[in-house]
Amino acid sequence: MSQSAEKVLDHFKLFREPEYEEMFAKKKAEFEYPVPNEALQHTIEWTKTEDYREKNFAREALTVNPAKACQPLGAVFAANGFEGTLPFVHGSQGCVAYYRSHFSRHFKEPTSCVSSSMTEDAAVFGGLNNMIDGLANSYSLYKPKMIAVSTTCMAEVIGDDLNAFIKTSKEKGSVPAEYDVPFAHTPAFVGSHITGYDNALHGVLKHFWDGKAGTVPPLVRKENDSINFIGGFDGYVVGNNREIKRIFKEFGINHTMLCDPSDAWDTPTDGEFRMYDGGTTLEDAANAIHAKATIAMQTISTEKTVKFIEEHGQEVIKLHHPVGVGATDEFIMELSRITGKAIPDSITLERGRLVDAIADSSAHIHGKKFALYGDPDTMLGLTAFLLELGAEPVTVLSTNGDKAWAEKVQALFDASPFGTNCKVYPKKDLWHMRSLLFTDPVDFLIGNTYGKYLDRDTKTPLIRIGFPIFDRHHKHRYPVWGYQGAMNVLVTILDKIFDEMDADTNGIGTTDYSFDIIR
Amino acid sequence: MAALRQIAFYGKGGIGKSTTSQNTLAALAQMGQKILIVGCDPKADSTRLILHAKAQDTVLSLAAEAGSVEDLELEDVMKVGYMDIRCVESGGPEPGVGCAGRGVITSINFLEENGAYDGADYVSYDVLGDVVCGGFAMPIRENKAQEIYIVMSGEMMAMYAANNIAKGVLKYANSGGVRLGGLVCNERQTDKELELAEALAGMLGTKLIHFVPRDNIVQHAELRRMTVLEYAPESKQAEEYRQLATKIHNNAGNGTIPTPITMDQLEDMLMDFGIMQKEDESIIGKAATAA
Repeated sequence: MSQSAEKVLDHFKLFREPEYEEMFAKKKAEFEYPVPNEALQHTIEWTKTEDYREKNFAREALTVNPAKACQPLGAVFAANGFEGTLPFVHGSQGCVAYYRSHFSRHFKEPTSCVSSSMTEDAAVFGGLNNMIDGLANSYSLYKPKMIAVSTTCMAEVIGDDLNAFIKTSKEKGSVPAEYDVPFAHTPAFVGSHITGYDNALHGVLKHFWDGKAGTVPPLVRKENDSINFIGGFDGYVVGNNREIKRIFKEFGINHTMLCDPSDAWDTPTDGEFRMYDGGTTLEDAANAIHAKATIAMQTISTEKTVKFIEEHGQEVIKLHHPVGVGATDEFIMELSRITGKAIPDSITLERGRLVDAIADSSAHIHGKKFALYGDPDTMLGLTAFLLELGAEPVTVLSTNGDKAWAEKVQALFDASPFGTNCKVYPKKDLWHMRSLLFTDPVDFLIGNTYGKYLDRDTKTPLIRIGFPIFDRHHKHRYPVWGYQGAMNVLVTILDKIFDEMDADTNGIGTTDYSFDIIR
Repeated sequence: MAALRQIAFYGKGGIGKSTTSQNTLAALAQMGQKILIVGCDPKADSTRLILHAKAQDTVLSLAAEAGSVEDLELEDVMKVGYMDIRCVESGGPEPGVGCAGRGVITSINFLEENGAYDGADYVSYDVLGDVVCGGFAMPIRENKAQEIYIVMSGEMMAMYAANNIAKGVLKYANSGGVRLGGLVCNERQTDKELELAEALAGMLGTKLIHFVPRDNIVQHAELRRMTVLEYAPESKQAEEYRQLATKIHNNAGNGTIPTPITMDQLEDMLMDFGIMQKEDESIIGKAATAA
């Protein structure tokens, strides 16, 4: 039982020691009042049946393991993409601890974010004083260039008015009158993290374009040749934004990455702590109004922002997380069309290499069945790619995807011979997915880290693509957009296919006639 | 099209807010204005006279049925009534549970996001009781109602509520554009009612915009779920509401930042009018038999 400094057992091994095994058995027998094992097994088996699935899908008032997070998480993501900007969440500390840890677990980087520390008295009297003190402290302690405010459930339920609160705080001297404090109401019980991203980005653009809450005249658009790029809520933002910037450079296009946390979530270890790093400059955020056009890479993730930009007279190219040859073609050709610049030879070469790679591996991926879940735009991108590869995305599920989204997915199915037996499930959760994996089995599951429980329960190998990915490192560094990005997604899928193939053929003297060196 | 005019009616419960607002808005509609009514009261009775209905299906009850507000379409929640007045009720929880204030916020956000205000000349919010929490202050936030009309009477508690509402308006007036449009006195036939209402308006830094006399014809119309304007357009009472509507229509931009008073000041005023006697310390807390 006692540990020695020479040989420390960590929790993987420690709890398998006989004294712990005995303790757990005793606890179960004496305190847990467990059902008999047969009854347990019987119920487990029942949860795999069509009968259970029917009951599961009749669920109305309960969500089990939703594949989404809450609005303020997205708002913090968006705020983090601007130069020297401190995300400020008007609400309780616990909520903010969640956003910080959630991002840190995915990006393996600290995420700066503060709360207004609302407690019970603030819930009764309103959070104005918390806003006044919070803004003053944040401004003087962390010296940000901008503070982007969003809200949690608590502030929203009691109806705190951010616009009025921020004005009052400025009057009370928390921050200078001309200091930039864009804001967005982001009730966590409405929508999801993508809604919060949209609201927060919309809040920042509205602030800079529409006269900074009535303190300066609104900007008047004078069109130039620049292109805005909005990535949306994207777990691959570090790799993706760098890849996109490279593509813009190959083209020679003036551009503004609207919301770019790729440096903030990838600071080097060189002895200097960077509380803020990179990001869209505040000047660029304001000047983005003059751009010729905006590319929305995840339109469902930025609905309100897209509408706002269109209302200011810009063309918006609306894409849905383009992955693969066809979708990237559309992205690249739209870039060429709106800028009038020819597609660079280097990009054309990359396309050829991707097509070549797909052809090389086609035999292994063709006809494989997939179930996938995640954010609505991501699902559209991956569904299109799988169909393009000749795979069958049999089950496509999203918790924050609605009817309109489902129709878009269905249109992809209808346009491909591989989509015939595929079904889309809007507004469903991972417990629905569990039933589907039993009743409509597939070869592979694609989703975020939470899918590992489904992998364990249903023995469907999980390919980790999405957000968050906590249990594998550095995936966010590799782009999934552009031809190079599609190559990464292809390799990620193939790696799992081959791992499974090896695992299935490694029985010594039994199945190893197929345990081949070459795949 | 002229700029959208947004107004709100507040007042103590049972004071006749909904009756006054619907009659006034019906008169405005007769004047050719395009009206949208947003009822912000869990009782959902802000539109019954316009729709001739018991109570309209509310945004929140429909949302609860559909699963979430995001599942609703504007057509589901908006009904069209007398003189093409468009009506929406936010609704809210049963008494004793949940948070009605949040319901108001949810509904107004839904309406704005779905373009409910497009093409309207007037949006009128009918809000329950005092401004008891942040949710019920939603209609007085910036870019919402520009003028607040407080419906009150000569009763002490109605005046007390009016003063509280003025406090709510003041809170938002400095940071936003909301102003107090005036008081509307709905006659209860209490002593010196008109004088009291005028005095209170003066102390609150506003004006008594109209004194609506009591008339039983309002009851007759209500029983038929109609406004007086529709039931008896030629009646004297209909004319009163038309006057009120005209005054509100011409009151654009004339609102003031209110100057709420203390409870002591309110009681002093009642004493000045001889309605309340000076406190006799010796009788306070003594039961009838002990006196």
